[in-house]
Amino acid sequence: MKKNIAVQVDDLTVAYNYKPVLWDIDLEIPEGVLMAIVGPNGAGKSTLIKSILGILKPIAGSVSIFGKSYEKQRHLVAYVPQKGSVDWDFPTTALDVVTMGTYGSLGWIKRPGQKEKKESLEALEKVGMLAFKNRQISQLSGGQQQRIFLARALVQNASIYFMDEPFQGVDATTEIAIINILKELRKAGKTVVVVHHDLQTVPEYFDWVTFLNVKKIATGPVKDIFNDDNLTKTYGINYKVSIQE
Amino acid sequence: MDITEYFNLVFTDYTLRTITLGTAILGAVTGMLGSFAVLRKQSLLGDAISHAALPGIAIAFLITGAKDSNVLLLGALVSGLLGTFWIRSIIKKTHLKSDTALGLILSLFFGFGMLLLTFIQKQPNANQAGLDKYLFGQAATLVESDVWLMAIVTGVCLFVLLLFWKEFKILLFDADYTKTLGFNTKFIDILITTFIVLAIVLGLQTVGVVLMSAMLLAPAAAARQWTNSLGLMVFLAAIFGAFSGVFGTAISSSQNNLSTGPVIVIVAGVFVLVSFIFSPSRGLLFKQIRFIKNRRDLELHKTLAFMFHIAETHDNISHPHTIKILNNFQGYTKGTLQKLVDKHYVTLKGKKWSLTEEGYKTASNLYNQQNDNDE
Ligand SMILES: Nc1ncnc2c1ncn2[C@@H]1O[C@H](COP(=O)(O)OP(=O)(O)OP(=O)(O)O)[C@@H](O)[C@H]1O
Ligand SMILES: [Mg+2]
Repeated sequence: MKKNIAVQVDDLTVAYNYKPVLWDIDLEIPEGVLMAIVGPNGAGKSTLIKSILGILKPIAGSVSIFGKSYEKQRHLVAYVPQKGSVDWDFPTTALDVVTMGTYGSLGWIKRPGQKEKKESLEALEKVGMLAFKNRQISQLSGGQQQRIFLARALVQNASIYFMDEPFQGVDATTEIAIINILKELRKAGKTVVVVHHDLQTVPEYFDWVTFLNVKKIATGPVKDIFNDDNLTKTYGINYKVSIQE
Repeated sequence: MDITEYFNLVFTDYTLRTITLGTAILGAVTGMLGSFAVLRKQSLLGDAISHAALPGIAIAFLITGAKDSNVLLLGALVSGLLGTFWIRSIIKKTHLKSDTALGLILSLFFGFGMLLLTFIQKQPNANQAGLDKYLFGQAATLVESDVWLMAIVTGVCLFVLLLFWKEFKILLFDADYTKTLGFNTKFIDILITTFIVLAIVLGLQTVGVVLMSAMLLAPAAAARQWTNSLGLMVFLAAIFGAFSGVFGTAISSSQNNLSTGPVIVIVAGVFVLVSFIFSPSRGLLFKQIRFIKNRRDLELHKTLAFMFHIAETHDNISHPHTIKILNNFQGYTKGTLQKLVDKHYVTLKGKKWSLTEEGYKTASNLYNQQNDNDE
């Protein structure tokens, strides 16, 4: 049975200055996969996610979510940015940041109430950060900040999740905690797209993978396409990651 | 006139009351909005806006030939907004760093403004004198209608701030994410920036082009030191700004011939200084005190932990040991031992010490806590 297409990207080309950093990308992400985007630094992984989410305006190409334009389907999509993209010295608490995930469904002007607070507390609990709910965010460790970002996306209760390096700088325990949450999301039928750097763990964590380096090198099931050939094409050097069975 | 005399006069003297009210309101509104500039790390923004306003003042004068402050400020508003949105588009279109764009517009507009001022001064027109008060400000020229205007703008600003509080907060923290939630970030951004321009333009007559950005930054920077809540920060910044206005006016009018603007800015600077030193969580003083205290606690804990280890080897925790065995342990001093006795963690009998029940409990908790933190 053919799966639904959650995200469809057609002919996407993005440039910051003159030279495109993403070149003519076609990408289909089936519903319900846990997908890794891999590629070297500067390959355009963050740029791809930002373009799909409408943060960046592409020179050409289009994006559709479940067959409709992204603008119409925005409420189905949640985003976990790269942790370094915000100032963590901002005067606010962990709970407050997580509550921001509810702002989208609230819309303009309306303030979060009891319902939103309850949802945010539940999300904090899910990522194991409930005890830190009133902590000023600068007083959290890097891994804890990452979990707060994850909780903020969970609260959005979306169908598709885009996460930019959620494992960056987290210890083994947190990494396992996070991957378990992602696997739970998949079990619930959600689509999860993760920028990932640790090639060793790709076969263990993900069932779908996209190789990216300015152009799309390959995309598909991990068991079919995660091989030395594609890794070499993407990273430019001879790669030997033997997949353990 | 000394300060107490001033405070008596504030309630009776019309002019003094007007000026005091004006500077207080101005301080409050710039402090409030300054919080946003500080949190967006746009410290130069205030400077750029106030300098960009100068040519507008000159041009408004050249066109109307009148020195009506409302007309001149309207000119300032137009050129301030023009400069600000020019900066925005430069940053967006050219990928210049934002401080480069700010600096560029600042010097360009200010240079042009100064050129126009010199030109005006050379005109054979008796009316031209006094335009340079917009450079350093002259609070004494404030009249009741100016204060009303400030109050109305402040009121509207407060209303908008409360209305769009959630949107402002999330935009300040994470603009990209805000966009993905479907908010029009450009609209929110323009709203904040427009109010910052308005507040700055309102302050030009009182504080002047050159010092205006200090009014924007100082109260907010001071307020940031005292709280970790955005709401409280904005509130405190408004209070600090208002007090700077009042104290500045009080000091300058009780010392003859001190111009008000610079004194207000100095008072605001004192708020910053005091805040950076004395704030309990972020201040330099308490940081140092905490550091010393932590170091002392550490010695105590190390000694207690060492004793705990020894005590653990015996069935009876309060089995007495000689003090001598502590001697080859690093953290140990007579002072720390005495402190442990004072805290009833340890009892001394002659040359022998033993752990008390309480000491044993504290020591084992010490370990548990450390394990918790490691997780
Ligand atoms: N704001 C920007 N302005 C100009 N160029 C940019 C900007 N952001 C990224 N780039 C360039 O675009 C390219 C792709 O960047 P991107 O951040 O998408 O890479 P990435 O794959 O996410 O890398 P990393 O693994 O380091 O996060 C890089 O060459 C980078 O230099
Ligand atoms: Mg990236």
